[in-house]
Amino acid sequence: MARPIIELKNLSKIFATSEGELAALNGVDAQIYSGEIFGIIGMSGAGKSTLVRCINFLEKPTGGTVIFDGQDLSKLSQKELGRVRQSMGMIFQQFNLLMQRSVLSNVCFPLEIANVPKKDAVKRAYELLEIVGLADKAKAYPSQLSGGQKQRVAIARALATNPKVLLCDEATSALDPSTTASILSLLKEINKKFGITIVVITHEMSVIEEICNRVAIIDEGLIAEIGDVEEIFAKPKSKAAKKLVFPESKYIEQFVGEKCCRIIFDGRSSFEPVIANMILECKEAVNIMFADTKDIDGKAFGQIVIQLPDDERAAAKIMNYLTSKGLTVEEVLQND
Amino acid sequence: MIEVIAKGFFESLYMTLVSTFIAYALGLPLGTVLVVTDKDGIFPIPWLNSVLGVIINLLRSVPFLILLIVLLPFTRWIVGTTIGSTATIVPLVVASAPFIARLVESSLKEVDKGVIEAAQSMGASPMEIIYKVMLPEARPSLILGCAIAITTILSYSAMAGIVAGGGLGDIAIKYGYYRYQNDIMLITVAILVLIVQLFQEIGMKIAKISDKRI
Repeated sequence: MARPIIELKNLSKIFATSEGELAALNGVDAQIYSGEIFGIIGMSGAGKSTLVRCINFLEKPTGGTVIFDGQDLSKLSQKELGRVRQSMGMIFQQFNLLMQRSVLSNVCFPLEIANVPKKDAVKRAYELLEIVGLADKAKAYPSQLSGGQKQRVAIARALATNPKVLLCDEATSALDPSTTASILSLLKEINKKFGITIVVITHEMSVIEEICNRVAIIDEGLIAEIGDVEEIFAKPKSKAAKKLVFPESKYIEQFVGEKCCRIIFDGRSSFEPVIANMILECKEAVNIMFADTKDIDGKAFGQIVIQLPDDERAAAKIMNYLTSKGLTVEEVLQND
Repeated sequence: MIEVIAKGFFESLYMTLVSTFIAYALGLPLGTVLVVTDKDGIFPIPWLNSVLGVIINLLRSVPFLILLIVLLPFTRWIVGTTIGSTATIVPLVVASAPFIARLVESSLKEVDKGVIEAAQSMGASPMEIIYKVMLPEARPSLILGCAIAITTILSYSAMAGIVAGGGLGDIAIKYGYYRYQNDIMLITVAILVLIVQLFQEIGMKIAKISDKRI
């Protein structure tokens, strides 16, 4: 985990459009470590697709550097870049399979580019189709497959050249929830089995939650926050992160005015019925105004907003109780 | 008479097929260059793209009948004569190559940008993308375009009758127009209609069979 395989330094990308210059990335710094599953999340238009395309130089950054496996990509010739790209697989939202080629031939395609002899390529393609569970579809054409199957073929194709990194650009956004889950578990399995570093671009927090170790939240072309997934889920600091972690939190504002406090669950006290115990212990009634918690790996994450009793002492008692239980409690203020 | 018409039929086929072949030899690369060198293409060379675009538009805006006459010295220089079906091939090629380039261009532009991007992400060079992605992925559309090109060249070839270019058009003008033998004109026209139908049908069939998307 210690060695960064991808380093982004002050990366920027400015597009020249007819309405003037448009900055998609404004100086992104990030390190992606070998063997991890790294998530990049942001609202649409935040620059995440541009960012992933800058990693393999499908888009040439206008400033800053991308260092992949110790090589500065901007210093490479077109030919060398081609070779580097063979060690970075990529999958897409729309799968982007060659529609006029069979499944087998699609998986062989990157091997043809890499000048692998045909016989070896076919053998490798069958191995990969076995891994993604589609060996029986080798002779089929992409139009005969479902969305999930197409993405599996795309994954097999992306892995053909034994890449060190797999870039996933909204790879599950066109799939239904159960297919999404199966694709994500396949990615997880690939990461574990082959130790391939995976970079996941998504706008869905659930995808990050499901497979990522670390996450970067990107907003207006900048990294708003970067860190372990658990940490960011528990205590989102930036506005962009809060918006993604608590997408419904705008409703809280309506409750503000009465005395309210927000209890933050960050995974430490999980199986304990906190609210029920608090009411029993303090013998004070509280009103739950808003709750959004989720269970990740047996730990509770999220927040509950409760309305405190008018009595100052009772309110203080409740606050003290919660703090003593190791929970983070904060008063809900206007415009939070 | 039947012999005359049969000879005309084979001359027409000869002119059309040879012209189509040569015109594709020029038009296919030209159309590909147009797509590839476009500012959004895989190997942008904007100036070349504009120059080629202007030349193609110029050639395409000259009516075929006029091109046929303007090119007479050029035709003589190349084939040594200006009459007969071989001589007609020259103006046919000059007129149809730019047209074919545009047909090829529009077929190749239909290829999904995402698929090209995927090939780039695998380290494919522009040449590999042309040969392994763009042309194969556009195959059904290219075949349909070819059927359109053949039928258009056939109808152009009939016009060459005006300068004694041989083929069915020549017969129609010679017998039908100059000698008022309407029956012969009708027969030649009917044969031309049938050939067009045939090529169009065959083209659509092959395109459909070769398309793996359905």
